[in-house]
Amino acid sequence: MGKVIRFKLNGRPVSIYVENNELLLNVLREKLGVVSPKYGCGIGECGACTVLVDGEPVLSCLTLAIEVDGKEVTTVEGLAKDSELDIVQRAFIEEGAIQCGYCTPGFILMAKKLLEENPDPDEDYIREYIRGNLCRCTGYVNIVRAIKRAAEELKFHVSRAKQTQ
Amino acid sequence: MTGEKFVKPIKPKVDINKVNTHIIPFEFEYFEPRTVKEAVELLTKYGGEAKILAGGTDLIVRMKQRFIEPKYIINIKKIKELNFIEDRGDYLAIGAATKLREIEKSGIVKRKFEALYEAVRSMAGVQIRNMATIGGNLCNASPAADTAPPLLVFEAKLKIVGPNGERVVPINEFFLGPGKTVLKPNEILTEIQIPYQPEDTGSAFIKIARVAMDLAKVNVAVALRTEGSIVKWVRIALGAVAPTPIRAYKTEEFLVGKELNEETLKEAAEIVKTEVKPITDIRSTAEYRREVSGVIVKDALLRAYERISKG
Repeated sequence: MGKVIRFKLNGRPVSIYVENNELLLNVLREKLGVVSPKYGCGIGECGACTVLVDGEPVLSCLTLAIEVDGKEVTTVEGLAKDSELDIVQRAFIEEGAIQCGYCTPGFILMAKKLLEENPDPDEDYIREYIRGNLCRCTGYVNIVRAIKRAAEELKFHVSRAKQTQ
Repeated sequence: MTGEKFVKPIKPKVDINKVNTHIIPFEFEYFEPRTVKEAVELLTKYGGEAKILAGGTDLIVRMKQRFIEPKYIINIKKIKELNFIEDRGDYLAIGAATKLREIEKSGIVKRKFEALYEAVRSMAGVQIRNMATIGGNLCNASPAADTAPPLLVFEAKLKIVGPNGERVVPINEFFLGPGKTVLKPNEILTEIQIPYQPEDTGSAFIKIARVAMDLAKVNVAVALRTEGSIVKWVRIALGAVAPTPIRAYKTEEFLVGKELNEETLKEAAEIVKTEVKPITDIRSTAEYRREVSGVIVKDALLRAYERISKG
């Protein structure tokens, strides 16, 4: 029992048959080859499976695939433009905010959304915002630093864009 | 081996070899009603074998763990008439399928119902709050539900719709026990009505949990009005210390007319401890819960009082 769903995945239209009881995470990873969202705890505590649905971060391991019919799903695979990494991705690399890397896609999507909501976050704001994501390497210091760096660079870009106008 | 105590290994209640949280290991029929009427019709048809899917942050987990195996899933996320925050003059109405994240972002909730704002902010992380709904938090009827104590102190009313029309239930009559509410299998919670409080009301919510993402060991909400430092009116509610979220009626009664000072607070804390009926579970012991109940009621009263004085 299931149906064909149509949705946008990282900007591209997708149509695929899913069962009623299939989870978005499994469809992304096993049927569509999008493997940046990770299976971590499976019960909504770790944030490794985070994806953006219509721009909002949600947990793909607790979302039925059938529910994203007609929606837009974004994963880390959709961030780079013309093979150039997103500012947030670069900041994570430059600050060494990646150790084993398992939690990284979730953190990067949270950072993207965070900066969209608040371009000038302080440390408390950042830590509060990413508290639904666990890093078992406990690399939080570098992750927070990376998000701050991304914020600085975004501000710089915006001000430069304004100057050149 | 002499002198060594033999410790019996604790047998886990759930056989982890039978339970994984990777997939939902059974099939079900799936519906996406667009109106409350359609949802009620489906519930009437399938009754006890159907489950309402709102945020899914509890339901899907329990389905994965196979604690429940509903044959029919009724997803109410696409019912627009269940998703709103609306000023109705005397009260604020919140649709049952409104996401916690939307409630936390609502200026009116933050200004008028600070304890509810704090409770929602304290819940899980951004992703879960983007999924979980206020109605789901209530209908799940966890004794630890964080939105329950604030709604109890503001004396919210719950609108319930069934095949024979609607009824309104005060929240203090809604919960019957862990996982149990007054909802019949063919009824659906549609909105939460929170009466506006007089301007001089201060409120606060405090929760003790192991880590940020965890459920409460104890949570408490307080709403307070004073004349100078004399308590004029007070409401206190606690969660995770009884089979349902509870009001601390005796403590409230004791406080009215008293001056809010160290001695009064100390006595109030002692009364709270007699009103709670906590149990020991994986999150905490009964003794700890009882002790901490008194402490956080004290803290919440002080915080609410500070907010009144700040205006």
